[in-house]
Amino acid sequence: MQKPRIRWHIAVFLAPAVLVYTAVMIFPLFNTLRLSLFSKIDQERVYVGLQNFQTLFGDPIWSEQFWNALGNNFWFFLIHMLVQNPIGIALAAILSHPRLRFAALYRSAIFIPTILSFVIVGFAWKLILSPIWGIAPSMLDAVGLKSLFAPWLGKEEYALTTLALISVWQFVGIPMMLIYAALLSIPEEVLEAGEIDGITGMSAFWKIKLPLILPSIGIISILTFVGNFNAFDLIYAAQGALAGPAFSTDILGTFMYRTFFGFQLQLGDPHMGSAIAGAMFAIILVGVCIYLFGIQTRMRRYQL
Amino acid sequence: MNQARTNPLNTAAMHGALILYTLIALFPVFVILINSFKTRKAIFREPLAMPDADSFSMIGYQTVMKQGDFFLYFQNSMIVTVASLFFVLLFGAMAAFALSEYRFKGNTLMGLYLALGIMIPIRIGTVAILEMMVATGLVNSLWALILVYTAQGLPLAVFILSEFMRQVSDDLKNAGRIDGLSEYTIFFKLVLPLVRPAMATVAVFNMIPIWNDLWFPLILAPAEETKTLTLGSQVFIGQFVTDWNAVLSALSMAILPVLVLYVIFSRQLIRGITSGAVK
Repeated sequence: MQKPRIRWHIAVFLAPAVLVYTAVMIFPLFNTLRLSLFSKIDQERVYVGLQNFQTLFGDPIWSEQFWNALGNNFWFFLIHMLVQNPIGIALAAILSHPRLRFAALYRSAIFIPTILSFVIVGFAWKLILSPIWGIAPSMLDAVGLKSLFAPWLGKEEYALTTLALISVWQFVGIPMMLIYAALLSIPEEVLEAGEIDGITGMSAFWKIKLPLILPSIGIISILTFVGNFNAFDLIYAAQGALAGPAFSTDILGTFMYRTFFGFQLQLGDPHMGSAIAGAMFAIILVGVCIYLFGIQTRMRRYQL
Repeated sequence: MNQARTNPLNTAAMHGALILYTLIALFPVFVILINSFKTRKAIFREPLAMPDADSFSMIGYQTVMKQGDFFLYFQNSMIVTVASLFFVLLFGAMAAFALSEYRFKGNTLMGLYLALGIMIPIRIGTVAILEMMVATGLVNSLWALILVYTAQGLPLAVFILSEFMRQVSDDLKNAGRIDGLSEYTIFFKLVLPLVRPAMATVAVFNMIPIWNDLWFPLILAPAEETKTLTLGSQVFIGQFVTDWNAVLSALSMAILPVLVLYVIFSRQLIRGITSGAVK
């Protein structure tokens, strides 16, 4: 074992990754937070302290947009938690059933939407839900529910929920796969022991499997949280940067994009954009901390 | 064995639920694909019918070929994805090797530092990234995208690969050292081939988000000659909203490459996820 010499090879192995990562990810992250403390006055960059944040939270024009975007974002997240993750868990529970035929086929097919880009997903659903084309209304008609049809993406009260459900449709494959993996790792003896005690079928799922996969559900929740709070692409692809109708689908990602890049007559403002990015960073950080310190450490892990 | 857990009625119910969900998952893709081969009239009259001799038409694809530069977009996406994956794997494996193989001061700290990026999305830093790319003249070049995706992919790559590298036997590496191999040779000749399955997993995980990303192409490389397929189809569809044939064909052309990649790599991807690589 070599000890005293400087081991240059360690530096050589680490350098490229650390350099790229620091220069393109960590440094811009902090630089963005720094930029949020500046403003452009007379073509010059001036330090203004927390004034941008004051504008963001205090100025009614800004704060209204911000709280709207944040509220929408929470609704977006809530729908993912209430619809995507339970469906994912249910599909995984069925798929992990021993000796189920065609399991691999179902699994691959259900995962297909996850690999498609937001652009494809956004437009495909826009076309399908479009009242002009009429696929959705005629399908509802076939089951006698035509009266339920509305141009969902065009109505303020439905648009956000519709987009969230489209996003659920797209990403249900991820919780499904992760839970599936967790379920497969439960040893057969544990289930057999339960069977001897008369715990089978559904109650085996609720009483034995579910407690054992709780850590995976925790991971899925935090992944969903982080993913949702920097979402942008689907809303932009389906509704554009204005997140219509009447900003009803605006979330933090689209709000930041509009502020930072400008749209129509409003000029882009990188400093306000940075302030919004700072707020997003804080929200994600709080979420991750709650998960790491509040949930993950308290969750009981079973030694299998 | 397991008599209690198999009951024909249950099995039927399970297949029913899975078939129903599979239909929900595939239906939109199917509708887009079949209608891209139909005439405008047929698209509207019978959206759910398969194209037949009467309704078959390639007019949409012709418009797409004439108006949009989809081969260029495809090529750009290909270059960006392959180059980013190459750098993520090379740099990630090197760093993972350093972290898992050697004991040195600050090892744990370096590991934590590199892991930070797993949870914090790189998009938060977009404003400063754009400024930096403008300052270095990389804006509207594929290099800007490659750098960003490399940085974005590294944290998870280092994390997964170092887990796997810890499992490579020490005896093998020490045997190499006794034979006088340099640390670099040990890494490239002995360790890398052994972690190839893990590298494939990392590659597949990174491939889809890079290929599908809209945010960074839109902000860092929106010029015509650097558009990726995702951005290119977004812009094209935005311009041809009323030309349904063209929109459906453009969508189908964007679906096809990903679908082909998926068919090739799906076993790798699913094995990667289910082997617990992301625990």
